[in-house]
Amino acid sequence: MITMENVCKSYRIAKRNAGFKEACRALFHREYEEVAALKNVSFTIRDGEMVGYIGPNGAGKSSTIKILSGILTPDSGRVMVDGKLLWDTGDMRIKAAGKQEKCSRIEHVRHIGVVFGQRSQLWWDVPVMDSFELLKDIYSISGPVYRENLEELTELLNLKELLRTPARQLSLGQRMRCEIAASLLHGPRILFLDEPTIGLDAVSKLAVRDFIKKRNEIHGTTVILTTHDMQDIEALTKRIILIGKGRILMDGSLEDIKKGDAGIDETLAELYKAYEIS
Amino acid sequence: MKKYISFFRLRTVMGLQYRVAAVSGIATQFFWGFMEIFALHAFYETNRAAYPMTMEATCAYVWLQQAFLAFFNIWALDGEIMEAVVSGNVAYELCRPLHIYNMWFAMGMANRISRAWLRCIPILLVAGLLPKPYGISLPADGMHFVLFVAALLLGLTVVVASCTLIYVFSFFTVSMDGIKILFTSMSELLMGAVIPLPFFPEKVQRVLELLPFAAMQNVALRVYSGNLTGNEMWRALGLQLIWAVVLIAGGKMLCGAAEKKVIIQGG
Repeated sequence: MITMENVCKSYRIAKRNAGFKEACRALFHREYEEVAALKNVSFTIRDGEMVGYIGPNGAGKSSTIKILSGILTPDSGRVMVDGKLLWDTGDMRIKAAGKQEKCSRIEHVRHIGVVFGQRSQLWWDVPVMDSFELLKDIYSISGPVYRENLEELTELLNLKELLRTPARQLSLGQRMRCEIAASLLHGPRILFLDEPTIGLDAVSKLAVRDFIKKRNEIHGTTVILTTHDMQDIEALTKRIILIGKGRILMDGSLEDIKKGDAGIDETLAELYKAYEIS
Repeated sequence: MKKYISFFRLRTVMGLQYRVAAVSGIATQFFWGFMEIFALHAFYETNRAAYPMTMEATCAYVWLQQAFLAFFNIWALDGEIMEAVVSGNVAYELCRPLHIYNMWFAMGMANRISRAWLRCIPILLVAGLLPKPYGISLPADGMHFVLFVAALLLGLTVVVASCTLIYVFSFFTVSMDGIKILFTSMSELLMGAVIPLPFFPEKVQRVLELLPFAAMQNVALRVYSGNLTGNEMWRALGLQLIWAVVLIAGGKMLCGAAEKKVIIQGG
């Protein structure tokens, strides 16, 4: 189970006007602007659920994923993932009264899998298999478990031919399949997918979707998916959380937002407009 | 521990892939070594009395420096690591059950060792065949050799710890170019890569010997040829150890602080 309670996060952004004079001035005096990325975000996700986390660019999707995966510290709020307390910046007095101990980043990430669609985790110059072997040691996966997981992933994602190829010579679709496999070698119970289908062709997209669905069915993996591709959402998730300008605007099913036979993209655009977040 | 050894192994395998780089590196190092020896020899001929080392010790210093260049070329910072931090790809590393500092440290060690062991053998072989005093001879005794190896490894540790510290700095700044240039050019001079430290004026030398830069290649290369002996040598070895500990501890602390406040920008 994943719970976020009143999580806030703001960034400090250095701003200045264009031009040489302004740049010189900024050397000595910088003006910062606080931008709130998340304002009191709260939600709960049950085990085995597949949730689509959507919103326009800059809404706070990635910030949420980063906080949940333990690599971004929120300013305030409480986050529990899989029964472990990840962040808690709540009342100090309650804390002193002996609450649950905060889980370390290293302990936490052992049990999650993360795919950032726009980044790569494979080692560029060596065959994919070498990267996998390294991950096996990083996560201290035992031999039999590793072989079993690898076999299953190879089968479902059709990786057989790719494993001996250096990562740099894979196409984007092939690479993404390997990236997903890499995130699941240690059999995490929670999977965060940050735009996993970005830039993929139709065939690869379908393969990735199909795989995620199967994974969820077979292993009951909890999946949180952020994407701009509404077909991903339609194919995979029953529940949608809509975020805009750092706030949760809607938490419901796809049917809730669909009106008549309007296309899903149009519906969403309507929704963005209605909430004035685009 | 096993995961860090694994990193070490993968890096070593990667290092072995770049064969052409190794061959051209060896060629460059021969040229560089001869050039340096000619220049220093000219100084020697001009005024033997003012020359701070023996010619044999100077040549041994130069050849060892070239043979173990991969250990001590401080400018060979790992671009991949800094790129990962600047581009935000480090997010993936942070999603792993790993201590970032230890990982970078293991990678640095592996990088340098995998490059050095391929290159040092041909250079040492050829230098060993050169006529005296231009070549390199075996160390005076076994004890000397053991101390040389110890100083070499301590020096390597100090170099890798310094580089890792630089990587950690990249968490705090948008562009690494400034720090990189300042750090590499300063340490090149102060560690004795341009000219050995005994060639500096005595007062300057006394200060330099205390700095971490002197704990890099200076000690090992001078212990081998017997230029650094007795109490002075023990003090230098002690300082190496202290700097290694201080740099590693400092780097780890800073890295811990960075991990807490790191922000990965963009999608």
